[in-house]
Amino acid sequence: MNIKRRNFLKGIAGAGVGVAASPLLTSKALASEVKKLEANHIGMLYDATKCIGCKSCEVACKKANNMPVEYDAEGIYDAPRDLSKESLNIIKLYKGPEGISFIKRQCMHCVDPSCVSGCPTSALNKTANGIVTYDKDACCGCRYCQMNCPFNIPKFEFDDFYGEIKKCELCRTTNLVENGQPACTEACPTGAVIFGKVTSLLAEAKQRLEIDNKRSANSADKVNYINQVYGEFEGGGTSVLYLSKVPFEKLGLPNLPDYSQASLSEGIQHTLYQGLIAPAVIYAGLAAIAFKNRSGKKED
Amino acid sequence: MIRSKNLFVEKEVGRRDFLKLSTKVATVLGLSPAFIPQFSQALEKKDKPAVIWLHFQECTGCTESLLRAEGPDLAAVILDVISLEYHETLFAAAGHQIEEQLHAAMERYKGAYVLVVEGSIPTKENGHYCMIGGKTALASLKEVAKDCAAIIAIGSCASWGGIPSSGPNPTGAVGVGEIIKDKPIVTIPGCPPSPYNFLSTVVHFLTFGKLPTLDKLGRPLFAYGRLIHDQCERRAHFDAGRFANEFGDEGHREGYCLYKLGCKGPSTYGNCPEIGFNREKTWPVNVGHPCFGCIESQVGFNKSIHELSDVLFTTPPQQYAQIEETGNTTPTLIGVGAVGAVVGVAATAVAMKAKKLPGSEEG
Repeated sequence: MNIKRRNFLKGIAGAGVGVAASPLLTSKALASEVKKLEANHIGMLYDATKCIGCKSCEVACKKANNMPVEYDAEGIYDAPRDLSKESLNIIKLYKGPEGISFIKRQCMHCVDPSCVSGCPTSALNKTANGIVTYDKDACCGCRYCQMNCPFNIPKFEFDDFYGEIKKCELCRTTNLVENGQPACTEACPTGAVIFGKVTSLLAEAKQRLEIDNKRSANSADKVNYINQVYGEFEGGGTSVLYLSKVPFEKLGLPNLPDYSQASLSEGIQHTLYQGLIAPAVIYAGLAAIAFKNRSGKKED
Repeated sequence: MIRSKNLFVEKEVGRRDFLKLSTKVATVLGLSPAFIPQFSQALEKKDKPAVIWLHFQECTGCTESLLRAEGPDLAAVILDVISLEYHETLFAAAGHQIEEQLHAAMERYKGAYVLVVEGSIPTKENGHYCMIGGKTALASLKEVAKDCAAIIAIGSCASWGGIPSSGPNPTGAVGVGEIIKDKPIVTIPGCPPSPYNFLSTVVHFLTFGKLPTLDKLGRPLFAYGRLIHDQCERRAHFDAGRFANEFGDEGHREGYCLYKLGCKGPSTYGNCPEIGFNREKTWPVNVGHPCFGCIESQVGFNKSIHELSDVLFTTPPQQYAQIEETGNTTPTLIGVGAVGAVVGVAATAVAMKAKKLPGSEEG
């Protein structure tokens, strides 16, 4: 291919602009459009070291939200293996060199939710009290929320003609209204999962870590927590916080950066299309190239 | 005591009942029915160990439980088989007469008799909280234990202190093991223990000439080797999350797990769910009341009945949901720069292509 020096330099300039602009986009992205944790946001604190795997929370959730019994692939009665359209929260078992631990998985009610950001019809919303809600009447079934969620939570009803997305909504129309807290936190016998304002729960979690750090290594009460409250910063923060003595990644909680995916993607998008300046510039550039070729001027 | 060669004639015990007992013992010990003839032989042998049975701070429930072992005359058979030399509840004699009998038996069978202890021993104020025949329980135990061959502590009281040791323990009640340190001690805790735990231990000893395998608290493993939680008929409900929340609620009536009502099965060792009590083989959980851990020393009469139990070992069922996804891809800033470069390259490609469009000079 015969490249003229001018055209080559133009190409390099174009690529260079793109690379130079990207860090600017990022820092701008992190600063813009980020939802913050409010003082009145509610959530849950799950302490895996207190959980005995009794599944009271699973049963109570199903009962409060009128979910049917779910048979798994082998037809074993009422033994869901994962979150699904019929199981909005699930307890999973971890067996490893550290011992046995359980983990409760359900919607994390992120501070800056990726599902809300990705939803083209605003069927998913972050409400004033912090719950991420779903409106089936606005949903168009595109499942962008499923693709965006870093925790793989929303489940779509594929076998239903009018399929909906199913995920935990903190019992906002059921137990939260009737009894003041979600069914799972009400049912837990050991207090492994508790309900409250996220700020208070974060303080409680930190206090547990502090108290345990002060205990001597051979104290009978020593828990040996991982010195981190999962959800404080992960993915921009979540309203459901976790404490564990097994590394969180081994329990299936992904290792996320301290900013939300939504802030990054929305930041880039909004920066690129701010006032439609960038599209206008690119259009002008393309138009110039086309115009130049039309004029038929010879170049050496 | 009169001993007879032919037990069946003396006691009018049917062969059927005798075989039933032998079968039951074999079952409780976890041995095959092939051992039944061996048991029968052992029980018919002439020289049977003498047993001295002492009562201290107790309610006599353990004796009563033994008397209600299945079959009306079988307890009598066993008691005859082991040549009971001294027993305060069962003996007609009293006062000086019975005291003489005790000392005579200790002399006659010196070094060979088995001492069975029912009830805890108070230690405060030199043990004057329990006096029998002018002697403290403490002194009595030490005296009788001096020349015994082995000790069986029947019931939680004798094993670790039981009810008298609960709360502030005003009398300083302790189990036999706290006082006697130089003799082999088998403990059969429970309040009361199933009579078959005691009977099977005795028959095992008579048949095989040695005690069954014991754990570090002296409890025979065949009875106290597993948690009650791991043998409970309601375990499937625990594993599936179905609980009774209050007495009489729907869950309770459906027979769901009683963990939330304070069942101490997950922290108590025993065989109550397996062999039960009474002819109908009932046990507390079976009839709808949580186990309160009467067997276990830090649990029974220590923790309140409706307090949540620790779960000593987590043993989830095979089909428990497992962690399947581990880790996740992490977005990096490098990717963002790459996007910028791609945009630039795309622009170049467009420009180059535009040069080759029909109408341009360089075709």
